Amino acid sequence: MTMERREPVEAVVARLLAAQGERRGALLPLLHDLQEELGFVGEETVAAVAHAMNLSRAEVHGVVSFYHDFRKAPAGRHVVKYCRAESCRSRGGVAIETALADRLRVAMGETRADGQVTLEPVYCLGLCAIGPNALVDGAPVARIDGAAAIERIAATVAA
Amino acid sequence: MTTVFISADMASVALGADALADAFARAGCTVVRTGSRGLFAIEPLVEVQEGEARIGYGRVGPDDVAAILSGDHPRRLGPVDALPFFARQQRFTFARCGINDPLDMAAYAASGGWRGLEAARAMAPQAVVDAVKASGLRGRGGAGFPTGIKWQTVLDARPAEKFVVCNADEGDSGTFADRMLMEGDPYCLIEGMAIAAHAVGAGHGYVYIRSEYPFAIRAMQGAIERSASLLAPFTLEVRVGAGAYVCGEETALLDSIEGKRGQVRAKPPLPAIEGLFGQPTVINNVLSLAAVPFILSEGAEAYAAVGLGRSRGTMPVQLAGNIRNGGLFEIGFGISLGELVETVGGGTASGRPVRAVQVGGPLGAYIPPSMFDLPFDYESFAAAGALIGHAGITVFDDTVDMAQMARFAMEFCAVESCGKCTPCRIGSTRGVETIDRIIAGGRGGDRVEALPQMRNAKARQKIVEQEIALLRDLCDTMKYGSLCALGGFTPYPVLSALDHFPEDFGAPAMPAAAE
Repeated sequence: MTMERREPVEAVVARLLAAQGERRGALLPLLHDLQEELGFVGEETVAAVAHAMNLSRAEVHGVVSFYHDFRKAPAGRHVVKYCRAESCRSRGGVAIETALADRLRVAMGETRADGQVTLEPVYCLGLCAIGPNALVDGAPVARIDGAAAIERIAATVAA
Repeated sequence: MTTVFISADMASVALGADALADAFARAGCTVVRTGSRGLFAIEPLVEVQEGEARIGYGRVGPDDVAAILSGDHPRRLGPVDALPFFARQQRFTFARCGINDPLDMAAYAASGGWRGLEAARAMAPQAVVDAVKASGLRGRGGAGFPTGIKWQTVLDARPAEKFVVCNADEGDSGTFADRMLMEGDPYCLIEGMAIAAHAVGAGHGYVYIRSEYPFAIRAMQGAIERSASLLAPFTLEVRVGAGAYVCGEETALLDSIEGKRGQVRAKPPLPAIEGLFGQPTVINNVLSLAAVPFILSEGAEAYAAVGLGRSRGTMPVQLAGNIRNGGLFEIGFGISLGELVETVGGGTASGRPVRAVQVGGPLGAYIPPSMFDLPFDYESFAAAGALIGHAGITVFDDTVDMAQMARFAMEFCAVESCGKCTPCRIGSTRGVETIDRIIAGGRGGDRVEALPQMRNAKARQKIVEQEIALLRDLCDTMKYGSLCALGGFTPYPVLSALDHFPEDFGAPAMPAAAE
């Protein structure tokens, strides 16, 4: 996949930081916006943010690496966030996780070699009475209770 | 034209509510998207307006539209309010959830909205704080600290700049009340925050919502925008978390808003004295703040009239996990745990016997059915070595392996530890290893120890009983040595699993550990 190189990272950072205005504690919202636009928060971005906000690279790296949401590398074309927490476990979530990973041909926490799908753990989506649950490309999916439900997810990520 | 009501709650959408709504729109109906009523066993649910009544049809899909509109669909439930699950509830906080279009300002005002704020603004700040104290409201996030006393501390603080922060980082598995309220009745939370701001003299507020709740984030942002002129000069802003469970701890949350790593602060100073950006800050859970409009509009006595002992008012209990009638059930404190699980919840969804319930999320104790007569209130649970936490009840049937659940509790703590204090950061990892050895039947010698050169080395084998003693010792260290509830409460699920289900650990029944 070739993508046209857009504006340089420094320019993206400057533009999104300006959009934060006078907001206090703007680092986290800025990082969210950067990941939204760039797909991940890489080293180049960390350096640009540090420079723009007059912070050390270590400070920015510390924040980026603390939060599970921020990626160091681009995700697959589709992202499946599968819930691992207690309520989904009480409904057979552990076995479903194994079956889902097998069917998608990717281990939990990994991106498939062809870049088609990333499977990530998430700890609770707040849909705890209808699990096991997942977010598939941001859309909530509930009652993943067997092969049919797994096939529907597989079909979504095959596109 | 027929009007139908379909929830746009994240759970309802996960079950197919959007396709259902589209189908009704194509059939020429006026579709009103509401929050969820809170009983997920009957979702996707559509309610059809018939005169004054709203007739529900449960677990239906796009193919059922024609039959529903003709009025003779087999899954006709009648008026949803009259279903036993709803008829028993005391909906103080969730009165509007599932009924109104969440962002419809006129509907909110018409159903009693903003009356609490009007009442509060006609009162002196001290009188508002007194009303909250008189209501007996305690922090619904889990700790159960009296809300009015927290507000008093902030009111009495000198600095001119103060904040109101809403903790909407609802990360506990088995809980979804915050999410449902923000999606289903966001103005209620906003009104509660505006009342808090008036009571303590705060100018700006934050709602910190976890990133796993995209629907709630959208609903709150939309509601804040629409109601801004009513709140002025008080201003509100949504901040989005980034996947760190520990940010649900109030001081970690404040650091996160400040744009730092979400690490726990040592207390004192309390946030009420030195909170966000070093200023006095009211930080309350969604459910605490959302209870406040009722208290101001209906009176503190009306709120305090229900409840048990020192637990006053209602609790939105969340029935989750392997349960037939899962959902949100708001009721006064004092109902027994067994009644919630068996009568209201209808037992397990799998139809198998209940083996354990975990109350209060990943840091809550596992409770066996033999303790189901426990009344649901803060003190009774504490006396039984458990917590009600955020009032999520996760039900497990008899296929559950409690040693694996204990291991998961430690593993979760290891994944989510902020790293600031040693008992939590290292203890959780050592806990996983210890439980693994218990599951494996004790510690045999490793390959190095088996080498002939090592014949004089001290033997390191341990039997299960020794490993369990080690685990109890570790839990003790974590409980008393951790900075916050993450490390401090992880021993609850571990030790309760060990105490109530020793057979899963390959151990003989042991007397409960001395607390």
